[in-house]
Amino acid sequence: MTATAPTPPKPITSAKDPRFAPTLYAHVGQAESWTLAYYRQNGGYEPVRRAFAVGPDAVIDEVKKSGLRGRGGAGFATGLKWSFMPLKDGKPHYVICNADESEPGSFKDRYLLSEDPHQLIEGMIIAAYAMRASVGYIYIRGEYVHAAERIWAAIHEARTAGLLGQNILGSGFDFQLYVHRGAGAYICGEETALMNSLEGLRANPRLKPPFPAAAGLYGLPTTINNVETFCAATQILRYGADWHAGMGTEKSRGMKLFQVSGPVARPGVYELPLGTTFRELIYDWAGGPLEEMKAIIPGGSSCPMLPWTDATLDTPMDYESVAAAGSMLGTGGVTLIPQADCIVNATWNLVRFYGHESCGKCTPCREGISSWMTRMYQKLATGRGQPGDVQLILDMSDNIGGRSFCALADACLGPVLSSIKLFREEYDALATTQQPLYPARRRWRDR
Amino acid sequence: MTYFETKQPLVADIFSRYPDSPQGRRSALMPLLREVQDAEGFVSESRMAEIAALCGTTATEVRSVMSFYSTYHTLPTGKYHLQVCSTLMCALAGADELWDHLVESLDVQPGEVSPDGRFSVQKVECLGSCGTAPVMQIGDDGYYENVGPGKCAQILESLRNDLQPLPDNPVPVTVGDDGRQVLATGQAVGSSVTGLHRLPGHAGGDA
Repeated sequence: MTATAPTPPKPITSAKDPRFAPTLYAHVGQAESWTLAYYRQNGGYEPVRRAFAVGPDAVIDEVKKSGLRGRGGAGFATGLKWSFMPLKDGKPHYVICNADESEPGSFKDRYLLSEDPHQLIEGMIIAAYAMRASVGYIYIRGEYVHAAERIWAAIHEARTAGLLGQNILGSGFDFQLYVHRGAGAYICGEETALMNSLEGLRANPRLKPPFPAAAGLYGLPTTINNVETFCAATQILRYGADWHAGMGTEKSRGMKLFQVSGPVARPGVYELPLGTTFRELIYDWAGGPLEEMKAIIPGGSSCPMLPWTDATLDTPMDYESVAAAGSMLGTGGVTLIPQADCIVNATWNLVRFYGHESCGKCTPCREGISSWMTRMYQKLATGRGQPGDVQLILDMSDNIGGRSFCALADACLGPVLSSIKLFREEYDALATTQQPLYPARRRWRDR
Repeated sequence: MTYFETKQPLVADIFSRYPDSPQGRRSALMPLLREVQDAEGFVSESRMAEIAALCGTTATEVRSVMSFYSTYHTLPTGKYHLQVCSTLMCALAGADELWDHLVESLDVQPGEVSPDGRFSVQKVECLGSCGTAPVMQIGDDGYYENVGPGKCAQILESLRNDLQPLPDNPVPVTVGDDGRQVLATGQAVGSSVTGLHRLPGHAGGDA
């Protein structure tokens, strides 16, 4: 008798698939969705009970089995990251939520924070339980005032209901959660810089190793995850690892919040399974571009631009496929760049951003990005370009890339190098004729 | 008089969020700065010294931390501190023109306060609201989103009369009443959470 394995069900790679249901954003926009009463009516704080029932090691196994990868941009396996925390070292452990969302093009976490704060709090309790952490912090960027107020209120509600504090739900597990507001610095999204900021210091990144799981906040074992990652953990404990692993592609499993900005009919946040194409996101969900486009930034401003072609539009949005196309999935923040806008000017804007946000700790970034690169773009974009300028930018990039203390300088090179590769003629025009191929135009209008 | 002298419960609450150690005291630095700035619009040198004493550090260190971040001010700001997002996604929606319009019509440059004390302006980097560009934040209040020329005129007119409009908070609603996501065409597709199978809670899970 020959045994044949059952055919595994076809993975879900489109949000139009009748098997796909939004979970992370299922309640965003509903009346009173941020209250504990609403959250509990919709099955809230059941996942954490299940976590307490199966035990911390089983929680980590479940997250590993789900295939969840960090949703903050780097895509590191979440279950594996959680398993790096020491088990019986007798020291206090910390869990931190990175809610510093500041990668240009990213705005998904803001609505999770303000519209469904309990989903995040529950995910953090689950994570803390799995990693034996007794204290958690939500590091929220200073500008997210409204979101911070909702989070504060939700923590207060949870504390009053016995969901935070001592002996949560009779489990014997203690966990305190606090909010720490940032004050406007992109680098705080880098986890070691974030910890310095939490310690009341200038937010320069720290040398790694030691990694945070060994020596993090106050020198103690710490794990930092993105808002969306914690929320996904809540859903995995609710619906199971198999449900999560049934969406997406082989190495990119689960659902993801994608964001669309730029001139499209319906800019916004859409929850789609990984492996959905750019075409489905941009046309079916965001309603399509409002004018002719030339490039897209696929996952936040650090990700190299891709050309506006059928091949790009048909690329599945998963970590591997976007990497194979020459870019990164990043935070899933997709920005469309119109044909009629000067690419050098657009890139100058991003170079200026990275120059402004460089922390100044290391020379390649401080001098290379904040000073040299910014000035070269200013020179080109303001009509003072000279032959050889583009080659000089390329040479500078060669000397900056891979040589900075953290990833910020390399992040700046993403748009620089990709835009030169794709639109060299626009750079050459400014370097030789001092005239842009696409002159500045009026863009400010009422919607 | 010192700022925190009469606010001991607030100070105690802030310190209670961090470990009871020198490092923990230092962590209170940013929340304390925020308290002063929200009340006074900027942080003066005497306030820096006061915060330094609370956190066990020096006023120079406090100023060093402040200079790292873009939302702390060492000089007075206007009653309405207008912060315009200038990063690419907002620039693609006209943020540069919005900025030029503000600077010209209010006759105020970054670092200055308008003669009537009402307005100061600052260009800031990505505010994380790229779907509703261009975006402007006023003080430490919320965001004003999709600020086109008409809306900008309305906001400025209100502010000139000291009536600050409520911040915007449009939420990107993508899920319909039946729990399914709605395509750009208005058609609901996929499934809803009610169609998903929840795992049973185990021992103690039936409360």
